[in-house]
Amino acid sequence: MSKRPFLIPFLVPAILVAVIFLAALAEILQYSFREFIPGSLDVGGFTLDNFARIYRPVYFKAVVNTFVLSLATAFFTLILSYPIAFALVRTKVEWVRTLLILLSITPLFTGEIVRTYAWMLVLGTNGFLNTMLLDIGIISEPVTFMYTRAGVVIALVQFAMPVMIIILATAISHINTDYEKAAANLGARPWTVITRVVIPLTMPGIISGFIVIFAWTMSAFATPQLIGGGKVLMISNAIYLQGFSALNFPFAATLSVIALISAFASLALMKLIANRLERQTAIH
Amino acid sequence: MWRQTLFWVIVSCILFYMTIPAIVVVMTSFNPGEILSFPPNGFSLRWYEKALTYPDFRIAFRTGLIVALISSTLALVIGTSFAFLVVRYVFPGKNLLEGILSSPLIIPHFTTGFGFLLLGAHLNLNQTLTIIIMTHVVLVLPFVARAVYVSLLNIDPNFERSAANLGASPFMVLSRITVPLIIPGMAGGWLVAAILSLTEFSASLYVTASRTQTLPVAMYNYIREYTDPTVAAVSALLIIATMLILMLANHFLGLRKILAIDSH
Repeated sequence: MSKRPFLIPFLVPAILVAVIFLAALAEILQYSFREFIPGSLDVGGFTLDNFARIYRPVYFKAVVNTFVLSLATAFFTLILSYPIAFALVRTKVEWVRTLLILLSITPLFTGEIVRTYAWMLVLGTNGFLNTMLLDIGIISEPVTFMYTRAGVVIALVQFAMPVMIIILATAISHINTDYEKAAANLGARPWTVITRVVIPLTMPGIISGFIVIFAWTMSAFATPQLIGGGKVLMISNAIYLQGFSALNFPFAATLSVIALISAFASLALMKLIANRLERQTAIH
Repeated sequence: MWRQTLFWVIVSCILFYMTIPAIVVVMTSFNPGEILSFPPNGFSLRWYEKALTYPDFRIAFRTGLIVALISSTLALVIGTSFAFLVVRYVFPGKNLLEGILSSPLIIPHFTTGFGFLLLGAHLNLNQTLTIIIMTHVVLVLPFVARAVYVSLLNIDPNFERSAANLGASPFMVLSRITVPLIIPGMAGGWLVAAILSLTEFSASLYVTASRTQTLPVAMYNYIREYTDPTVAAVSALLIIATMLILMLANHFLGLRKILAIDSH
């Protein structure tokens, strides 16, 4: 009798899904080399013109914008998530722990549209934030958050925090607290314990969290679409514009290929930098 | 002592930032007028009435529910069996298959959606439930597989070994020992998959049409046309439903376990 009795029946469905997914990706690749026939959804023969078009400033700018916004989002998400993750792991009060986990995880499951819509209500010219700031008297004129990069980042960071908190909390829960006690006993001040012991020990979590959020933000669509309102263009929005307004599927496919390549390339680059960092900060 | 206080003040401020959008949505949903104002100048349930009777939302919610139930269940079956293979067997191409099936976590949803839009057109399945379900299975599969994978790693292999030594067939061991032990992981994975499918937007926007749109897509279309708080009422209902489901999941399964925060 076979030593792996479930191999075939368990393997077939997984392979089927993988093949379907690869077929979908292959369709994009195939379309990216096809000629666009204006006014028709059918495509022409083989061409490289689509790839020549991406050097136009507007698309180049969208790629750069995507990169910059993703970097900024990953950075602010890290800063804001660390204290929450730390509190979540270290609090000894059960209800605080439950409250922290519910409040910080719920946004993950409400979806892109609900969250983006909510931020539109907060950030709008007559929205919650402007009304509050005007009432308190901090500002005398409404501040424009909508249709700005700052507004998009404010919303994206909140969107990304649950995932970062999960990753960081896992890393923090793996620390052996004896290290912190030892440092404190040797006279280290609390701040020193945090920066010299806790943060270095969680460096792998920090790095993987940063990379995950960076990749996650590169694929944001609804937030830049609605809060950016066409003024903040990420690759995702450029693709949608080409596909659904211009109905130029071949060029939308080309931009998708570019999005894929830049996602994988920047991930590879960040992994490379991360490996260096990790080697430098590792405690020997 | 003051350090402690300062720390909790910071934590509270960050939590406030995380929850303020949800609070504002709920406040807005009770706003009596069409024009939003803060604080609301009254209390009204009219937008809830509109949200619950608006045909587009009703149909979209039903479609989304069907899609979510079928795709998360398919993902549960496929993901569980695949996680079992990954943990227990060695076979050629294992890493490659693992890489392909977990890549939807990195590949932007809009790319996946666009690919399935083109594939659907090719197979004459464009914007049908079949292609929407295929897309969602691909997107949620990594989450189920991961949850089951963690549960499988935590099983003591001696249980399975002793059952086999006592003469249980491989199928008996699987159905009587292994599956019951990983049920919490399977349940958690299925729940996460179903919620993610229900709320998925970017890929769904590409693969659905107005007949087959899911709730987030219908909400997006509404936001682009109207500015009244109907979507706030739908959002408030979704946020409250999500919180209730998570509280139940936390009670019965333990969120920290589902999310693998204590996986050591």
